[in-house]
Amino acid sequence: MIAAYLVLLIPLVGIVFFALAGHREDTGKLNVRFNGVCLLATIWLAVNVLNQGTIISSGKAFLIDPFNVYLIVLTAFVGFTTSIFSSPYMAHEKELGKLSDGRLKLYHSMYQGFMLAMYLVLTTNNMGIMWVAMEGATLATVLLVSLYRTPESIEAAWKYFILCGVGIAQALFGTILLYYAAVQIGDGDNALLWSVLYENAAKLNPEIVEIAFVFLLIGYGTKIGLVPLHNWLPDAHSEGPTPMSAVLSGLLLNDALYAVVRNKMLVDGATHSSMAGYLMMGFGLLSFLVAAVLLHRQKDIKRLFSYSSIEHMGLMTFSFGIGGPLATFAALLHMTVHSLTKSAIFVTVGHAAQLAGTQRMEQIRGLIKTQPKIGWGLLIGTISIAGFPPFGVFTSEFLVLLATMHSYPWLTPLLLLGIGIAFAGLFRHIQPMVYGDKPENQQPITANLWPVTIHLALVLWLGLAIPGFLAHWFSQATLLISGSTPL
Amino acid sequence: MNIEQLDFYTQAILSMAALIGLTSFLMLGQGRLLRLIFLFALQGFLLTLTTALAAYSLNNHHLYISAVLTLVLKVIFIPWMLRRQVLQMNMHRDIEALKNNTVVMLGGASLMIFSYYVLHPIVQSSSVVMLNALVVSLSVMLLGMLLMISHRQAISHVVGFMSIENGLFFAAIVATNGMPMVVELGVAFDVLVAAVLFGIFFLHIRTSIDSLDVDLLNKLHEVDK
Repeated sequence: MIAAYLVLLIPLVGIVFFALAGHREDTGKLNVRFNGVCLLATIWLAVNVLNQGTIISSGKAFLIDPFNVYLIVLTAFVGFTTSIFSSPYMAHEKELGKLSDGRLKLYHSMYQGFMLAMYLVLTTNNMGIMWVAMEGATLATVLLVSLYRTPESIEAAWKYFILCGVGIAQALFGTILLYYAAVQIGDGDNALLWSVLYENAAKLNPEIVEIAFVFLLIGYGTKIGLVPLHNWLPDAHSEGPTPMSAVLSGLLLNDALYAVVRNKMLVDGATHSSMAGYLMMGFGLLSFLVAAVLLHRQKDIKRLFSYSSIEHMGLMTFSFGIGGPLATFAALLHMTVHSLTKSAIFVTVGHAAQLAGTQRMEQIRGLIKTQPKIGWGLLIGTISIAGFPPFGVFTSEFLVLLATMHSYPWLTPLLLLGIGIAFAGLFRHIQPMVYGDKPENQQPITANLWPVTIHLALVLWLGLAIPGFLAHWFSQATLLISGSTPL
Repeated sequence: MNIEQLDFYTQAILSMAALIGLTSFLMLGQGRLLRLIFLFALQGFLLTLTTALAAYSLNNHHLYISAVLTLVLKVIFIPWMLRRQVLQMNMHRDIEALKNNTVVMLGGASLMIFSYYVLHPIVQSSSVVMLNALVVSLSVMLLGMLLMISHRQAISHVVGFMSIENGLFFAAIVATNGMPMVVELGVAFDVLVAAVLFGIFFLHIRTSIDSLDVDLLNKLHEVDK
């Protein structure tokens, strides 16, 4: 349990430290260290869970089970590698005169604030605190979206703030309804604890819980970026600094989906119907298809990959909605590979945009000729996210297809169509950017592509052979969510 | 069931619900910013009264704390901050021309009926009073959204946003006698931080577009032109 407290304590210290210490030469490197230590703490926590099974803290305030512990490690890992990328990137942005010391202080402090909110969403056992932490994640990142203070970034941040704030208010209403259903069957103080709710799920009033789930799905769905609540996402992801885009796409969306799945587990226990699953399938499929089509109409490289995030989150929501062991396993795997690949892509995109001096795709040309590392990084990342074998995204998408064919065969053509449209949409933009002649006076820049290499290598590994302990872990989580295991 | 047969507390809660719903409708049709802020403070005050009443009748001490939190945040701090912004921006004389005010009002009324429709299933497991209270809180939320859609000033958006929170708090107090203390403190903290951030944002929006009219925030599109 100490490990869980450490995971929360380190970023908390980080917030205060960066806020008080101000910006110095080595702040970026210190940020890397904070995240590194936190990653070690999460690994320690994961080992504990692997040995002992589910851990509930003494006051029942925290719950660590196989489902959330792997997301905690993933969060810490992506947070760590992104901070490695962020250190030289932000230094370069400062050299360009885009940012002052004060803004960098805010950036690093809120980077830790965001990580704290993410860990709290994942570790807490209390559905109310989960909501508070989710809203906290918005509050921590909203000033980072407008970090450059351009009119566009301020507009994006305002949209993000208002839409996510209003959206997530629906989730609070859902939580209140859930609590209302829970106090009817017994003790008020513990009634919002997930572990207590889960044990008594069968006794909860199904009508109230169904209404509650609609609100919870809309609320947290706004954060997942489900169509038609996705409007804020491309703006916020494209206007903020690139390390923020990487963690928002790689982590925040996953954690919002985690919140929905936790609630779905309760609803399924209470209603014994597939109502929650159908809702998730509908919203997921709609997001998947709409985002795939919108990929074609983008001009800004970060917006392009934001829509790709919406598309993949839609696919995961759909897959969790199907609900069987195979679909759940596929969705868990897809969460992992998407988050690794997408953060790697945003890191490369950040470098590509610095290289070309713009985010407009028509002006980014000849990346391979200028700086092969960045060009190939972007190309391989895109191949991976588009779902080519042998990368992990292929495996998980294939499993989703299999599960769909098994349960809802008539939906398979729609999925295939979406994957095809998205593939075309990505490659028509990426091809001219990486190949072709370089514009005159385009110079290579200092770039640290280690995070990209590690992420993509991991995704490749997951595509070729999922290591034994990880497969075990996934099937434990699948068992927890869907009641049986695919292996 | 006849209303005179209910005990005093239930009757009081029902009247409070009606008054809070009424303030939401008044806000919806209000074009002057200072009056809008006053109505918002009034709604917050009614919410404080409801909380204190619940704390007194149910002998629940932690509800007194949340009553004080509501009083400080929703009745004093946020209205004070918004009012200062309006006076600084010299916007207190402007009347925002609300388009289609009649349609918006009718829309508000339909949202209330819609809330009854949505929440009707719960009447099987709880009282009619509870249904009414929950419906009012849901419709206060929906009316808050409608307020944000129909008004164009950033200040009105913040009022709408915070009034949505009022609706949520009302639901939490009436239906469940307040959330667990730690959750309530967390939510209050979030509201406080949100209020401070809104203040910062007004400054940024003003320096960027020289106005607080959010219609001018229109540079980003779903599909690039």
